[in-house]
Amino acid sequence: MHDFTYHAAGSVADAAAKVAGGEDAVLMAGGMTLLPTLKQRLAQPSDVVDLAAVAELRGIQVSGGAVTVGAMTVHDAVANSSEVAAAIPALADVAGHIGDPQVRNRGTIGGSIANNDPAADYPAALVGLGATVCTDRREIAADDFFTGMFETALDEGEIVTAVRFPAPETAAYVKFPNPASRYAIVGVFVARTAGGVRVAVTGAAGCVYRETAMEAALEGNFSAAALEGMTASADDLNEDIHASAEYRAHLVGVMARRAVAACG
Amino acid sequence: MPTVNMNVNGEAVSGEVESRTLLVQFLRETLRLTGTHVGCDTSQCGACVVHVNGVSAKSCTMLAVQCEGADVTTIEGLADGDALHPMQEAFRDNHGLQCGFCTPGMIMSALDLANRNSAPSEQEVRDWLEGNICRCTGYHNIVKSIMAGARAMAAGQGG
Ligand SMILES: Cc1cc2nc3c(=O)[nH]c(=O)nc-3n(C[C@H](O)[C@H](O)[C@H](O)COP(=O)(O)OP(=O)(O)OC[C@H]3O[C@@H](n4cnc5c(N)ncnc54)[C@H](O)[C@@H]3O)c2cc1C
Ligand code: FES
Ligand code: FES
Repeated sequence: MHDFTYHAAGSVADAAAKVAGGEDAVLMAGGMTLLPTLKQRLAQPSDVVDLAAVAELRGIQVSGGAVTVGAMTVHDAVANSSEVAAAIPALADVAGHIGDPQVRNRGTIGGSIANNDPAADYPAALVGLGATVCTDRREIAADDFFTGMFETALDEGEIVTAVRFPAPETAAYVKFPNPASRYAIVGVFVARTAGGVRVAVTGAAGCVYRETAMEAALEGNFSAAALEGMTASADDLNEDIHASAEYRAHLVGVMARRAVAACG
Repeated sequence: MPTVNMNVNGEAVSGEVESRTLLVQFLRETLRLTGTHVGCDTSQCGACVVHVNGVSAKSCTMLAVQCEGADVTTIEGLADGDALHPMQEAFRDNHGLQCGFCTPGMIMSALDLANRNSAPSEQEVRDWLEGNICRCTGYHNIVKSIMAGARAMAAGQGG
């Protein structure tokens, strides 16, 4: 790891100022992705601005049919929140199956979505539930937030402050995990919401996306049977040592049917 | 160079580090607490697990400066003189180790589970060990050890 200057931010405004003040400064949440990246020398920031002490970024609030999760809230806190379990059990389930306990103790929702790993779990929950990403500058709909592989709509130095999830009528997430890392080889988040059915897929392509044909099929008949025989198109799906594009396409159908069945 | 202050195994310590110094390097190289191991250095194996403010964390994936003011517990902080901690004792009684390289991380991870769940099932233990890799034992005796250790802790034999 190249050396850098470390700063502990005291507030969101302080973090924004410190990031703007550095030549090539980055934010750090739990460091669960950032530190491995720096160890591999894939990045060489001049300054690292730690958000850990920013109290206003941490915590979970449930009100008016929505769950708001502060950016620095760790996966373990979401997984074990009785309020989240009551309002959106599928969200607690997503958080509880990320990586391993030590990753969940330090990894955060803000870091996960800002990083936008194509195999990460939270992006599927955000898109599946039609969540809103709150930053220090504006609010961004999840559908517009995840723009490509490891890319988001965030501008230079923009800080995610929270994510607001509207509670759905019913929702479930099922993933086919990589047996080593637990990242999704394919994960499908299905939700029936006031605004319609949403089917969000992670792990399969370069970025989380919606299976609109499946959404249409479920709109008329919200049952696993409505998806019988449906798969994703293998065009543009990921291909690696873990799974071919065709296998991922097949898994999208299987995970989607299981998720609908799990909605009960 | 930054100076970092933390509590390690109940003792206030401080030291000069680089910003990039990992917690595990500070523990092993500066404090000479070599019970915490580095297996992979890529956040996968759990040999480096310690507790930071009471919860388990991979010390190869934390900077020492992130622990400013924190309470850190390592494997060296568990025994009370010659009396092993019940979780350590359970690993000995149940042959929960072979080469022992993974053991400090296994025990520190197991303690985080036992603190949350005093009677974990076999499946709960296996799920919890997702981040701890052992190359020797095949896990069966580790799982047995952790279940026994959690029971012993709940029975009030320390912890
Ligand atoms: C062994 C292992 C297994 C894992 N398995 C899974 C898995 O199964 N599923 C899964 O989804 N993830 C998995 N992860 C990733 C994990 O979920 C982390 O939470 C995630 O990588 C982000 O880490 P972090 O929150 O510590 O952010 P950091 O690593 O600190 O930051 C990540 C990036 O986000 C930026 N950032 C952080 N916070 C903000 C903010 N508030 N605003 C703007 N930018 C910000 C940083 O600048 C950096 O670029 C795994 C990680 C490891 C190490
Ligand atoms: S050395 Fe830290 S996880 Fe392997
Ligand atoms: S006992 Fe040898 S690695 Fe676990």
